[in-house]
Amino acid sequence: MEGVLALLVGLVFAASIYLMLSGVLVKFVFGFALASNAVNLLIFTAGRLEHDRPPLIPVGAETPVGPTANALPQALILTAIVIGFAMLTFLMVLLYRTYAETDTLDADDPRLMDETPADDDDHGDGSVPQEGGRS
Amino acid sequence: MDGEQAQRDDSDMAASSSAKHGADTARAGLYTAVLPLGLLIGLVYCWPAVAVGEVLRLSWPWIPAIDLHLQFRIDGLALLFGLIVSGAGVMVTLYSAGYMAGHPRTGRYFFFLHGFMLSMMGIVTADNLLLLFVFWEGTTVFSYLLIGFDNESSTARDNARQALLVTGAGGLALLIGILLLKTAGGSYTISQWMADDNGIRAHGLYPFILVMVLLGAFTKSAQFPFHFWLPNAMSAPTPISAFLHAATMVKAGIYLLMRFHPLLGGTTAWMCTLVIVGGITAVWSALQAFGPLDMKRVLAFTTTMALGMMTMFLGGRTAPVLTAAATFLLVHALYKAALFLAVGIIDHEAGTRRLDRLGGLGRAMPLTALAVAAAAFSMAGFPLFFGFIGKEIMYKAALAEDMFPLFATVAAVLANALMVAVAAVVLLKPFAGRRPAALPAVHDPPWTMWLGPVALGLPTIVFGIFPEWVSGQLIEQAVWAFHPAREEVVLKLWHGFNIPLLLSAVTLSLGAVIFGLRHPLGRLMTGIEARLPLSAGGTYDTGLQLFLKSAKATTNKLQNGSLHFYLTIVLLVLVAAVAWPWMQRGVLTIAWPDPADHFSALGVVVVIALGTAVVLVAKNRLMAIGGLGAVGAGVALVFLMFGAPDIALTQLLIETLTLIIVSLVLLRLPPLEAAKKRRTYRRVMDGALALGAGWVMTSLLLGVLQHPLDRSLTAFFAGQSYLAAHGRNIVNVILVDFRALDTFGEITVVVLAAWAGVSLIRKTKEPS
Repeated sequence: MEGVLALLVGLVFAASIYLMLSGVLVKFVFGFALASNAVNLLIFTAGRLEHDRPPLIPVGAETPVGPTANALPQALILTAIVIGFAMLTFLMVLLYRTYAETDTLDADDPRLMDETPADDDDHGDGSVPQEGGRS
Repeated sequence: MDGEQAQRDDSDMAASSSAKHGADTARAGLYTAVLPLGLLIGLVYCWPAVAVGEVLRLSWPWIPAIDLHLQFRIDGLALLFGLIVSGAGVMVTLYSAGYMAGHPRTGRYFFFLHGFMLSMMGIVTADNLLLLFVFWEGTTVFSYLLIGFDNESSTARDNARQALLVTGAGGLALLIGILLLKTAGGSYTISQWMADDNGIRAHGLYPFILVMVLLGAFTKSAQFPFHFWLPNAMSAPTPISAFLHAATMVKAGIYLLMRFHPLLGGTTAWMCTLVIVGGITAVWSALQAFGPLDMKRVLAFTTTMALGMMTMFLGGRTAPVLTAAATFLLVHALYKAALFLAVGIIDHEAGTRRLDRLGGLGRAMPLTALAVAAAAFSMAGFPLFFGFIGKEIMYKAALAEDMFPLFATVAAVLANALMVAVAAVVLLKPFAGRRPAALPAVHDPPWTMWLGPVALGLPTIVFGIFPEWVSGQLIEQAVWAFHPAREEVVLKLWHGFNIPLLLSAVTLSLGAVIFGLRHPLGRLMTGIEARLPLSAGGTYDTGLQLFLKSAKATTNKLQNGSLHFYLTIVLLVLVAAVAWPWMQRGVLTIAWPDPADHFSALGVVVVIALGTAVVLVAKNRLMAIGGLGAVGAGVALVFLMFGAPDIALTQLLIETLTLIIVSLVLLRLPPLEAAKKRRTYRRVMDGALALGAGWVMTSLLLGVLQHPLDRSLTAFFAGQSYLAAHGRNIVNVILVDFRALDTFGEITVVVLAAWAGVSLIRKTKEPS
């Protein structure tokens, strides 16, 4: 089963990358959401899927009875899901704000690309002394 | 070209009538003269022992692993340089106290000045090559800070940067040379170079070591073609020009050549390079000294001339030649420092240092005039002045050069004759003749300022009359410190009628002729310089512009604001970096599942894949959101099937929330249909890259799966969950107990994201 999931992870990840490269910022966010899921699946699968009993300790016992699913990746994924959600929400708001400011959500639109103008201050550009220096 | 700008800046600075604070710090500056004075007294105390050949040593370990030790030694050469550095240091510090009075930044000034002086003392006393290099870089940095001391003038800043880049690049070359020397089996302990025949000259790396060391020395000592920075360094305050750029720092390169002489010197390559480079530098700079009207620039060119002469003589390998270099070093330090300080006085008192605006100062400032006269006569090499001794030994040396004695002799005579004319100009123009009406009434400065030129001018006469004393007490041990053969070193006032004397006479008469022709010569030089197709300074400017332009072009290319470009680069690197080791490891195998086992899971996999496909091809927002929901729910189902109900629950909750928020925001954004379609070529390339990245993830995961899983952490948590943390849900216990701090971090991220999100929404005007 892990092998199939490995293929699935690659597939979802490829789709998410394709969406991120599309240049349409809304699709970029879709790609981001897919990537979150793909990565969570990857961590989950890496922890092996041989046992399907939840990692719980029955009442009366002090340790799990019999083999259970791997608890450690589950804990990691729980954290990852929440953080992924926070990131996605923030991205959505950022998108909203970007559209409000620039009136475009096309990453290749000059209005977005020009948001980082080339630094062109008065002196750091290396004007060298014109007097002297010659010999 | 004539440095009028620099001059104005300098005068402004000296005359700026600022606050009592300036005067106070200037007085404090006066007290700091204790530091160089202490060094001078210490050296004088060591002098008798060193004069009879003793070497004083001090040593502490610093970083033994790289052979870097705090090794110091005072031998004849260190003594000679140390006396120049500390002696000039005393005079310059006292002088600066008067010169800089009223300047608002004197504290910084004296810090730089003494920082430099200590570095310079470090260079000449260090017996460890790496240690020497540390001090070497120290002088470069302090020189930079002092040239750009008037930091509000862009000329000063540019000149400072030029000096830093040229000497700094030379420093790097020197470091490479030092490391190569170590590779070639050389020792870092300088005094050992004298003892053993080290075989460096025969080593295959010798040419590279030689080139690197010479680059370091030539840039520092402003040798052709790196000579252009020194005249520009005159934008430093005048006492600094006297100290760093005439008497001491520029001689660090000469010092380096002397120290390396027993190790690298004496080969054909060494001799040819030094004689030719030194000769060209000497004559060319001496000619250039006639162009400018700014006295400091004139003197700067004569400094490069002097450095060229010393370099030329260090190309030799016999006692007379090396003696000439060491003697001229002292001769030049004395007269040049005195002249610079005197120019500073003129500038300070008369408000200008342009030759064409000065005249008739001799009567008004007799002490200064006398000091300049002594220095100028020494510079011209009149008998009874120390310069005469220096010139005699120079001619003797030039005739005895191993390589190109004729070239050396002609260069020496020509350069010295030009010096005679320059000395006459520097002495006669400001002090003789009528005083221009525009010039204010002037007088001699306070004692702190005239003391320097007078104290430095005096020895030029004393040493000129008693040369045997100088050679016996100072020069002999200095030469022997880098001349293992220890041939006799002697300076004499009268050698009898011989060729050097004849050449001296020729020099003086030729100098008089040149003095008569100085105006046409000056115009000629200005004309030639303007028409040169290729100049060192111009090449530096072009190179700097080119460098900055290419840096800018590179930045614009890499930081072009295109998300697509950034992602492509990142992904290409990711794919390549993972693909490379993977290709060497062979094929990965996929274990197909038993159809009976988890058959329903395969169905979920199909759902996720289909959902992904829907998002991929979605033509509108609704379809895309539906696809995303399918994927999210599918993943939750996978979690549920394989024993992770907690995360399945969380996933479902979060997925629902996500869909709500995404839908809410998407309603206010333009529809997908409005998006511009990309060209097919780009979409195909993107697809290929995306598949590559996907393959990376799959292969990473398959690679992990091929290794046995280390369950020790899981076992620990499972074992301790109830016993130590009293929880039956192991996942929960990990989150809120064992890894509670991680969870706290996670909550922080959520809060920050919410905070940032709210502030982004608040400030927003409605999208139109």
